[in-house]
Amino acid sequence: MKRTSLALRLALACAGGALLLAVAGLVGMLVGSVPITPGELWMAWSDPARLDPATATILLDLRLPRVLLGMLVGASLALAGSGFQGILRNPLADPYIVGTSAGAALGATLAIVLHLPSPLPWLSPVPALAFLGALGAMLAVYRLARIGNTLPVETFLLAGVVVGSFAGAMVSFLMTMAHEDLPRVVFWLMGSLGQADASRVALVSPYLLIGGVALYLLSPALNLASMGDEVAWSLGVDVERLKIRVILAGSLVTAAAVSASGLIGFLGLLVPHLARMLVGPDHRVLMPASALGGAAFLVMADTVARTVGAPQEIPVGVVTAMVGAPFFFWLLHRRKGLS
Amino acid sequence: MKPPRLQARDLAFSYGPASPRVLEPLDLGLEPGSFVGLLGPNGSGKSTLLKLLAGVLRPDQGRVELGEEDLHRIPRGRLASTLAFVPQDVHVWLPFTCREVVAMGRYVHRSGLGLLDSGHDEVIRRCMADTGVLDLAERRITEVSGGEAQRVRIAQALAQEARILVLDEPTSHLDISFQVEVMDLLSRLNRTRGMTVLAALHDLNLASLYCDRLIALRQGRVMRDGPPAAVLEPALLRAVFGVEVEVQPGPGQSPRLFLVPTGGRRP
Repeated sequence: MKRTSLALRLALACAGGALLLAVAGLVGMLVGSVPITPGELWMAWSDPARLDPATATILLDLRLPRVLLGMLVGASLALAGSGFQGILRNPLADPYIVGTSAGAALGATLAIVLHLPSPLPWLSPVPALAFLGALGAMLAVYRLARIGNTLPVETFLLAGVVVGSFAGAMVSFLMTMAHEDLPRVVFWLMGSLGQADASRVALVSPYLLIGGVALYLLSPALNLASMGDEVAWSLGVDVERLKIRVILAGSLVTAAAVSASGLIGFLGLLVPHLARMLVGPDHRVLMPASALGGAAFLVMADTVARTVGAPQEIPVGVVTAMVGAPFFFWLLHRRKGLS
Repeated sequence: MKPPRLQARDLAFSYGPASPRVLEPLDLGLEPGSFVGLLGPNGSGKSTLLKLLAGVLRPDQGRVELGEEDLHRIPRGRLASTLAFVPQDVHVWLPFTCREVVAMGRYVHRSGLGLLDSGHDEVIRRCMADTGVLDLAERRITEVSGGEAQRVRIAQALAQEARILVLDEPTSHLDISFQVEVMDLLSRLNRTRGMTVLAALHDLNLASLYCDRLIALRQGRVMRDGPPAAVLEPALLRAVFGVEVEVQPGPGQSPRLFLVPTGGRRP
């Protein structure tokens, strides 16, 4: 086997991922309960004034923010998943392992059931409280898990479970009180991009940008972390500091994604595995590949979610889990067969 | 350049406040350019001592000095370019190629942010050739044998180009030919490049063949510390390992010894 240089592998992964994402974006714009022709899409780009107003609304106000939000959320979840799997050395780690999902769910449920006003003026109540809930859960897990200057993996996972269970119980309790708001809560919990708008795109973008750059810069050290704490340490990586940085970056990115779209399952678990199969384990290639792949995956899943039963919409989290779960099973089964 | 002196002062350790001490307070200095073997039965504290000296563990009491500095206060990057540590068992869960694993040893010498690795090919190749793993370059570390993975790990530590090498049972998974090869390599690095080598060893014959100083540990205490001939003698080995051995002068130069077990472990 001939060795291909890192730069070449990176370029190939980015080009392939970008192509996939472009196709997914195009399909996402054209396909839906109202089909759009490529000509109309081109007109929306070149000469929006000549476009029929209804089509313009569908393309620019409905589908565009939705496709963009899908890309951002998909990239966020896949990046966080890659980071968590790498630093925890656990192939089953996903972006929600830190309890951010449960925290966000509690925040969103509170907003829906109690009809709370938004504490963040630039966001509507549900994403605003979901975001604060996710941050709160993340801080709680971090405080519980931290022992001195270290963040032992076992305590960290345990704290994630504890905080997640507690917030989950609170959500269940609120749901029993919800009555007419119950469908909204359930829909949120299953994850959806249906509420996509500019404010949600703006909520996710900066976190994805900052978190993504941070995780990419940490990727050489993440490679070394796969050798175990002792080896990584003796190779020159401050493992504890790395752990805290990766977890912080991953949790912030997840918190923003979850508050904008609800709980979209399996993507953050599945996409890193797929990306690793295609580009290998080096995080310097894996991170961009995961981000692009996750973005494309969610846009495609969302296109399915809003067309399969149109005009009724399926929550996109249902689609990702229905595709993701069997696929993940096949992946693990296949790997077991290899070893 | 000569490696700095590694010195333990009043060093003690236990895994948690309620646990018994694994290491009783000890003082120990490693002269630059020495080849030191650490002996002792399982659970005698060898690995703990090595991890303390390598900076992986922090002592409960006392300190480790590297040259004039407190080793545990030296920033990771600078320490890793001076001292390399090969722990006993390494489990890599991601299927990196063996070459990629060795290349990780260059992390301390990375240029820029380490996002592209270039300019290290020559060092990586040499370290892989020295440990006999060039053929494994494109094989996955998760798919090679235990002995092969061990040699890849040693190659990785060599790629750090550190002047002090601390190894925990570097020959444990190796067959006799690679045991000799790895010990020959360590000895060569020690003699020609003046590297300080400290290795925990189970094979007393290998220890007598290669080391110029041996330290025998039992229950976290240094039982004896000196040249092989002074350490490998029946009474001490009985006290340390609880076995009866007969020591015979080996062929050739005098410090070589052959140890022949003549009795089992005493109750």
